[in-house]
Amino acid sequence: MKCFVKVMPREVILDTQGRVVETHLKKQGFKIEQCRIGKMIELDLTVQTPDEMAAEVQKMMLAGLYNPLIEKYEILNG
Amino acid sequence: MAKKVGVIRFLGTNCDFDILKWVQNKGQNSEFIWHEDQFNTQDFEALILPGGFSYGDYLRCGALAARSPVMKSVNEFAKQGKPVLGICNGFQILCEAGLLPGALIRNDSLRFKDEWAQLRVVNQKSYFGEKLNPDQKIQLPIAHGDGRFYADAETFKKIQDQNCVWLKYEKNPNGSMADIAGVTNAQGNVFGLMPHPERAQFSWMGSTDGDFFL
Repeated sequence: MKCFVKVMPREVILDTQGRVVETHLKKQGFKIEQCRIGKMIELDLTVQTPDEMAAEVQKMMLAGLYNPLIEKYEILNG
Repeated sequence: MAKKVGVIRFLGTNCDFDILKWVQNKGQNSEFIWHEDQFNTQDFEALILPGGFSYGDYLRCGALAARSPVMKSVNEFAKQGKPVLGICNGFQILCEAGLLPGALIRNDSLRFKDEWAQLRVVNQKSYFGEKLNPDQKIQLPIAHGDGRFYADAETFKKIQDQNCVWLKYEKNPNGSMADIAGVTNAQGNVFGLMPHPERAQFSWMGSTDGDFFL
């Protein structure tokens, strides 16, 4: 069973990468207010139900897939 | 009897021999410890986690190394109050392992900074900080892309209240919160700093201020 986890830098963190891309896009004249860059993790799990999947992914996140001090995450179903 | 210092090697560690030589030049025994192994905490007096790019900095700097088998022993060692020093990537690993407060993120300039840094000692500590007096100025090289120290408001307050700030940059090279270059845990036995004391051993290296750490 597949799912995606979106991991983003917390709002309070200066997202340097996003800031550079934002400046670049603005200079090119694109209608953009803000750009933030995170990452997407694709997981293919050996579980049978969505509940099991959510529980397993949550365990993985807490085991270190994200750092709660600087990041937040959201589980998206595949 | 001379102290025995364990130097931990992960996949991608690259300052391991510098540290081994540094410790040996100081007349102490040192030995490598492999990241997949665990060790008897009684066998060592102190541990050093060198710099480098463990696991290619994948996921987050130090994140995967912080969860490798050897860290179980490192954790036990630290809990016994014995001294642990993390340099550069070693600092990132100790933060990711929860042994030090805060996190290290991308430099605000987005540039890899490879230069000399002037540092000021904030708090005197035992072990690795024994020879460093408050307000003492030292010079050490830095070499990092992700050295910006960050802590949320609550963590930052704790760091200050518990006198965990160890070293500060005189001129902030990376956007670190409050110019922080090095911290310790509340107990004062786990140390982390981004600059490289092992690269300042002899005058021909440009500085001998690394001497103060061993």
